Amino acid sequence: MTIPVWAQLVYLAAAVCFILALKGLSGPKTARNGNLIGAVAAVVACALPFFYADLDHVPLILAAVAVGTAVGVYGARTVQMTQMPQMVALFNGVGGGAAALVALLELNEVVSTSADPGWFHLVATAFTIVVGSVSFAGSIITFAKLQDLMTSRPVIFPGLRFVFPIALAAAVVLCARLVIDSTMLIGIVLALLGLLIGVLLVLPVGGADVPIVISLLNAFTGLSVAAGGYVLSNTLLLVAGTLVGASGTFLTLLMASAMGRSVSNIMFGALKGGSTLGSGVASDRPVKSANAEDIAILLAYAERVIIVPGYGLAVAQAQHTLRELVDVLGERGIEVDYAIHPVAGRMPGHMNVLLAEAQVPYEQLKEMDDINGDFKNADVCLVVGANDVVNPAAKTTPGAPIYGMPILNADEAKQVIFMKRSMRPGFAGIENELLFEPTTTLFFGDAKESLGKLLNAVKAL
Amino acid sequence: MDEAVVWLTIFILSVFVGIEVISKVSSTLHTPLMSGANAIHGVILLGAIIVTGSTDNNLALAVGLVAIVLAAINMVGGFLVTDRMLQMFVRKKPAKQPAGEAGK
Repeated sequence: MTIPVWAQLVYLAAAVCFILALKGLSGPKTARNGNLIGAVAAVVACALPFFYADLDHVPLILAAVAVGTAVGVYGARTVQMTQMPQMVALFNGVGGGAAALVALLELNEVVSTSADPGWFHLVATAFTIVVGSVSFAGSIITFAKLQDLMTSRPVIFPGLRFVFPIALAAAVVLCARLVIDSTMLIGIVLALLGLLIGVLLVLPVGGADVPIVISLLNAFTGLSVAAGGYVLSNTLLLVAGTLVGASGTFLTLLMASAMGRSVSNIMFGALKGGSTLGSGVASDRPVKSANAEDIAILLAYAERVIIVPGYGLAVAQAQHTLRELVDVLGERGIEVDYAIHPVAGRMPGHMNVLLAEAQVPYEQLKEMDDINGDFKNADVCLVVGANDVVNPAAKTTPGAPIYGMPILNADEAKQVIFMKRSMRPGFAGIENELLFEPTTTLFFGDAKESLGKLLNAVKAL
Repeated sequence: MDEAVVWLTIFILSVFVGIEVISKVSSTLHTPLMSGANAIHGVILLGAIIVTGSTDNNLALAVGLVAIVLAAINMVGGFLVTDRMLQMFVRKKPAKQPAGEAGK
């Protein structure tokens, strides 16, 4: 089917809008408009085929679009901010699945008409099928890991280091086979292999690294959409998919460097030597703990307090109570800031979203590099539900899974108050030496409950 | 110019544009940017609509409709969830919010 020139020009305009959308999304002031431009362009582009192409089954297609839209709206509206990472993973996964199905249908078209589309066309089809399936299966596993449907620890079984390369090699061989002898069977086996590769790719990745994998799978889906665009001779799909593939890959590298890790180490570290495994056992070494009244006194008579929020704060939905506490401290003339680690929460930037939702003023949120020199001037550092991002093992213990990750220098504060549910290690599964320091005081309990008690105790002083 | 070369040219240029355009992103925006890019590849919906609309086989039609549902979830959900995240970044007035209103 040839696309009329006017429609091609609209596709071009949509492609430009996608570029502007990505550009907008990378700056805080322009981000919302950028997203809007992208959305409008996508809707216009998807409406276009109804006007130039002679489509069959239009009522069914519209019904399917309506169903997908309803599910998407429901998911996007109801998801809690704390569960955002797994929602993005899920949306990404279904997109990859859609790309794989589209390529399978296109292959079916080639097989049934017995036309010879050329070898490159078939390779691109195979690529879309495999990579789309990898993205689908991998995203489902990341979703299960983040949603606690399965363990977030690396899952490794003997032979994994052999099975994975064999699956990859089989995919390449079958892809070559598809060029010589195109049948639907090979296409379906390629899809199944893709699913297997996706599962094997994500299983060995430890929970703390899952966000990086989501970003990488996002880039994969982009590339498979790009290849699908070539298969369907649609420039917009090619450009949009490539933009996402390239920017997604770059973003993955940025995120990995924010965590002080290399992408290959994250993806394959567990296969090589199990170095992403932590000890994972709670130790029974002595720690110092205190009650709300004692800690309230520490806070109320400090001059400078730095708060290190982590995922535990978000899980307990305690960000509002924390803001109240900070407001009360502020009224007493105490200088309070929030130190935000780039990967606090479960994704880079996740904590900023959560605290912004609790109406914490933007000015109080300090990025790591801006505040790290300040910890030594802080009288109290209050760690709420964070663990790995203040773990000195990142600086002192080569071989620790988080070694090399830049951390917040909470250990330099005169007093450290650690609010924790239990002595269980953090997301990365390793023990935190900071808990056993003489300057550290632990305050056990659910973050929201504890902060509520603390708030009342400070008010009562 | 050979048609394949034209496609290759578009591809290579898009790679550079994709990297260049987000190279200055601050770490606070990593999550919304990832989510927004995720929504953009939801335009595979367009491809799903085209292949489904040109098939005459019932099984293929069913598969195509599944692809459309999945792609629509990706696209619509992706843009909405990104917008919800970005609403949080709207700068608040420096005046103090009354405490208690949000702490329920």
